[in-house]
Amino acid sequence: MKGKEVMDTQNINLLEGREKQVYEKTAGGAEVEIACDKTSLSGSVSQRACVFCGSRVVLYPVADAIHIVHGPIGCAAYTWDIRGAVSSGPELHRLSFSTDLQEMDVIYGGEKKLYRSLVELIDQYQPNAAFIYSTCIIGLIGDDIDAVCKKVAREKGIPVLPVHSEGFKGTKKDGYKAACHALMKLIGQGSTEGISACSINILGEFNLAGEAWIIREYYEKMGIEVVATMTGDGRIDAIRRSHGASLNVVQCSGSMTTLAKDMEEKYGIPFIRVSYFGFEDMSKSLYDVAQHFPDRPDIMEKAKEIVRDEIRKYYPEMQKFKAALTGKKAAIYVGGAFKTFSLIKALRTIGMSVVLAGSQTGNKEDYKNLKEMCDEGTVIVDDSNPVELSKFILEKEADLLIGGVKERPIAFKLGVGFCDHNHERKIPLAGFIGMYYFAREVYESVMSPVWQFAPRKGGLR
Amino acid sequence: MTAKTATQNACKLCTPLGACLAFRGIESCVPFLHGSQGCATYIRRYLISHYKEPIDIASSNFNEETAVFGGSHNLKLGLKNVTQQYKPQVIGIATTCLSETIGDDVPMILKEYKAIMGEADLPAMIFASTPSYSGSHIDGFHAAVRSAVKTFATGGAKKNMINLFSGMISPADIRYMKEILTDFGMPFMLLPDYSQTLDGGPWAEYHRIPPGGTATSAIAESGCASASIEFSSTLEASKSAAGYLESEFGVERHQLPLPIGIKASDRFFAVLEALSGQPMPEKYEDERRRLVDAYADGHKYIFGRKAILYGEEDLVISVAAFLREIGVTPVLCASGGKSGQMKKRLLELVPDMAEQGIEVREGVDFVDIEHEAERLQPDMLIGNSKGFTMSKKHELPLIRIGFPIHDRFGGQRLHHLGYRGTQELFDRIVNTVIEERQKSSPIGYTYM
Repeated sequence: MKGKEVMDTQNINLLEGREKQVYEKTAGGAEVEIACDKTSLSGSVSQRACVFCGSRVVLYPVADAIHIVHGPIGCAAYTWDIRGAVSSGPELHRLSFSTDLQEMDVIYGGEKKLYRSLVELIDQYQPNAAFIYSTCIIGLIGDDIDAVCKKVAREKGIPVLPVHSEGFKGTKKDGYKAACHALMKLIGQGSTEGISACSINILGEFNLAGEAWIIREYYEKMGIEVVATMTGDGRIDAIRRSHGASLNVVQCSGSMTTLAKDMEEKYGIPFIRVSYFGFEDMSKSLYDVAQHFPDRPDIMEKAKEIVRDEIRKYYPEMQKFKAALTGKKAAIYVGGAFKTFSLIKALRTIGMSVVLAGSQTGNKEDYKNLKEMCDEGTVIVDDSNPVELSKFILEKEADLLIGGVKERPIAFKLGVGFCDHNHERKIPLAGFIGMYYFAREVYESVMSPVWQFAPRKGGLR
Repeated sequence: MTAKTATQNACKLCTPLGACLAFRGIESCVPFLHGSQGCATYIRRYLISHYKEPIDIASSNFNEETAVFGGSHNLKLGLKNVTQQYKPQVIGIATTCLSETIGDDVPMILKEYKAIMGEADLPAMIFASTPSYSGSHIDGFHAAVRSAVKTFATGGAKKNMINLFSGMISPADIRYMKEILTDFGMPFMLLPDYSQTLDGGPWAEYHRIPPGGTATSAIAESGCASASIEFSSTLEASKSAAGYLESEFGVERHQLPLPIGIKASDRFFAVLEALSGQPMPEKYEDERRRLVDAYADGHKYIFGRKAILYGEEDLVISVAAFLREIGVTPVLCASGGKSGQMKKRLLELVPDMAEQGIEVREGVDFVDIEHEAERLQPDMLIGNSKGFTMSKKHELPLIRIGFPIHDRFGGQRLHHLGYRGTQELFDRIVNTVIEERQKSSPIGYTYM
């Protein structure tokens, strides 16, 4: 049963309907606008997920709430304890709850089962809130989850929030919006008494491997109060009073800009976009926040001190990595486009160039910025797939791929180093220390002697 | 109070996952899910985390219009795109809860598609109905295998060959089964064979479809085989591939439990001897002798130990019977599946089940299992890696078997079946107990 060689890279044609989602930056090349914000093409094996996935990842780290997935078992099973989002206290988020709908529920409706599930789970776990995620078939079978949520909230005296995340009703971005919508219902319900004038909310930071704690510590050292992190190490009470903060600091702009805009409109809280990834962007995110409080020059002073101390601490090690990695080439394919900007800068810090950059969910503005940032010859892709990614990785002779779980085996099969930049990572990549970890991980993968046995490197014999 | 209605930390996966895995074991086949993009992506991620191999699963990518007007257009477009981009010989199509709920008639859509496209240049299409509100991943797996056979098998003159439907086993187990059948000198068809597609070598260039898998020409011949062996204690003939071949083409069906432990392996080899007319090759006699010897060498460390066992029903039944061979008591045999067969089938293999204090529970989740663990105070857990959190919390060693193993390296290379697999399992169980003793022992433990 010998398999056949099915393709060679020269022969990959882009699928009809995808040509405009791939762009190569060339000298004097035409200014083509990358098509994005499209739903994936049927049959194209997108690396994307769905609306539910978007909602679930954003709300997942809220640790003192229960998260109930209303639908058949799959969606809950595949998101059980899925992210490395850590909590300093309760860990209800690490449990997986599903109404596990069966055929009879699909026929007769799942409202009663949802109601019973909710009441029992709330009694058992005593959470501070409950999020109810509707999956694909909920709308189709006609369940009124809003009504069930209202009823349970009344009976149990805690917020019970529907998250309308039917998988097929849009893309992951729509899921982010549904999650923000649920958070908006909590915000404004708590007391803002005692909140400092120099205060912020950290938005779009999910405390993967404790990253939110690293960031929070920097801001607190600067003399700034952090009211809520959304949603890393998240707590319902903190979210409820987050409208008392003077500024929203938004990372992972793809998921949380909606919330920041809504909070600006409703509570007049301005927001800035930041990234905590790489020395350059991390420093900027401290300075930008400090600038927001001009009557407190001590905050800026402190920010400068932190940047100075931290970079001094990691600089020598970084030079070691840079010496080894200079001239190596990287490919980036991640969820949000904003992340790619930081990654490109961070890779340059350690001497690496970027030959492929892409994201699942970037928008027009993102891709315009990306084009400006990238070197000539860099390929830019939106909503790509394994076939395309492999083609460009091989053509551009990348030494490293940065991506998530689904991209990892593509790199390893082809004998290319890999750096996890996903929800499951166990090592913090944010902050100054995170940049050190990032460089170390890249170094350890790219410089490993195992690649000498890979066919593309000759394979030795 | 304990919540009963919701499923908490499920001990099962959804039906389409099993179908995708089975389709991966057919040569030049692309799995295709008719539903939302998320289903394909989640399932890919889940499988990749275990097998560490690229797994492309296409999706018809429903949107709101699709859900209102039906998935026909998207399915056809998707098939066309997959055909163009992957050039597969086969597309394995499985439904999801979404396409089943809106009532898409997939066979009809496929018929229309063939009519529009002209049958000649099209890949073959296998279709399995796998709504996730009905059954669990193992049902999807068997449904896909059965539909593959239904699609390709033709009747004809009997040939000197056998079919082996080996069930949801590891790539290493599949390779071992093929080695055994080869050593018996019997031509065979093993389905599904993902031993290479999900555990293969490095690539010089990207393969849209990984090499390996059961050839469709071999599946076509399965109707002419002299017999089928099907590993499963709970699978009904009406839902099984071997059952189909028996009723349709008169291919004798030998339903055997997964051959784990000496007795179950003996039974499997006895069937092979009968079907081939050959005695068991000396190599396997040696393996068996070494295993019997190892049982003797290791028995004292494990006698009377209690284990909680969980996972797919067939795996649990077979491992439970094996544990009784070595003096370990599986105090709880648990599954998220609900075949209704588990107790009955286990009783056939372990008639003194009740006296031994063995409890069987179907349709449970990990929170149920954890409650039982508090009551039963076992010495170890045996099952997939999803029991890790429980094992950590209760300081119980976990012996990882089956699927998924997401938190350890090499799950795809674990053996479970036959004398070789039993040997590996036995060694791991004994060593787990010794390690626990070593950890808690105040005296030197440099010798066993």
